[in-house]
Amino acid sequence: MSKYTSVSIPLTLHKRLEKLIAKKTGFKSVSDYVTYVLREVVAMHEMKEVPEPFTSTDLAEIKERLRALGYL
Amino acid sequence: MANPPHGGKLVQVKQSSKDSSALAGFKQNQKLQVSKETATVVSNIANGIFSPLEGFMGENDYLNVLEHMRLENDVPWTIPILLLGPHNHHFGSGDQILLVNEADQPVALMEYEGNFEISREEYAAKVFGTDDKAHPGVAKIFAGNECAISGKLKAAVKPDHGDYADFTLTPKETRILFAEKGWNTVVAFQTRNAPHINHEYLQKSALALVDGLFVNPVLGKKKAGDFKDEVILATYQAIMANYYPKDSVVMSVLHYEMQYAGPKEAIMHAIMRKNFGTTHIIIGRDHAGVGNYYGPYAAQEIFKEFPDLGMTPMFFREFYYCTRCAGIASEKTCPHGEEEKLAFSGTKLRKMFADGEVPPKEFMRPEVSQAISKFKHPFVE
Repeated sequence: MSKYTSVSIPLTLHKRLEKLIAKKTGFKSVSDYVTYVLREVVAMHEMKEVPEPFTSTDLAEIKERLRALGYL
Repeated sequence: MANPPHGGKLVQVKQSSKDSSALAGFKQNQKLQVSKETATVVSNIANGIFSPLEGFMGENDYLNVLEHMRLENDVPWTIPILLLGPHNHHFGSGDQILLVNEADQPVALMEYEGNFEISREEYAAKVFGTDDKAHPGVAKIFAGNECAISGKLKAAVKPDHGDYADFTLTPKETRILFAEKGWNTVVAFQTRNAPHINHEYLQKSALALVDGLFVNPVLGKKKAGDFKDEVILATYQAIMANYYPKDSVVMSVLHYEMQYAGPKEAIMHAIMRKNFGTTHIIIGRDHAGVGNYYGPYAAQEIFKEFPDLGMTPMFFREFYYCTRCAGIASEKTCPHGEEEKLAFSGTKLRKMFADGEVPPKEFMRPEVSQAISKFKHPFVE
């Protein structure tokens, strides 16, 4: 099951976030908001590090099949 | 470059022939029979369509998906992928199990990790949002086993897709296809229907904003009243040959059993298409819904909860032919009422085709109607 931990942020930032969340609907707490933002940022970085999942042999064989089927 | 796979890795399970020596010599108590639908799930795991899953879920992933709509490692996931089987097995941790089909032919080799009990009531409530057994997904869960057997696939037999083999592409193949076509942005269209005019406008509106369109109809077990697989394929071939630009649209089929889980299934549809390499997905009205279980745009709302999904949903209101506008309109662009909307219920459409009639061209392209009319029984009974 999902577990939680604490991350320290400046109290001043926490207050700003509380004000922001009070104005906008959708987030129940500062923690929800911070989790949302961090997931977005982490995903953006992770996406940059993914290599293509095929080899040059795969590439040649697959292109041949795609040509034979009329896709290329 | 295609969209990176979900969870950062395109899973590729070794594919063996059914006569492979690695799959021979298993005794009856080392085998587990699986349904045709489960065999399809196996194939989807093996080809990476369900990446990053490498097998059937264990209890931690299962509970996390139910409670948080995420795998244990925080990757978004909304519908459990379970192997529900009998309690009376004697598998131990690390055992190699041969999954076989109803004809006792090998489907896959799986390393057993464990099993756990599911609560059908909890599953139905959390995945489908209802315990009503009239819902096809709920009915299926209540008709099945409660013992979930988990394990990683070690090898899988390449399935025989018969008449659909030439229309079936794996994620590896579509990724190369998109790259060869030079498409950086690709929008996926999920469908279990023959194309109406409204679907065509939905797809073309989305295509106007990206490099390519990937039409990906679902073939597999569906509910009564849905179009049969062969009809869906024939109608898409007809519309694509006559109305779609060849250099910016491709179609391949997805073998998958619809769950009718509405919003949660919309996320799964996006994840599968992300693994195929698309960057966007069209989400229209009542996506993956059935009856009145989900709000008409609930499947759009749920995307707000996944900032890290890695797919851009393209939301559209319903398109239709408005007799007053004398053209295709949508709920967003047309001010007229229901009485001006040219629409046919599924029941009415089925009756029309049964009576040898065809819908007007403002509702369905004549080539599509003709393709349907060639089938004596176009609908699932």
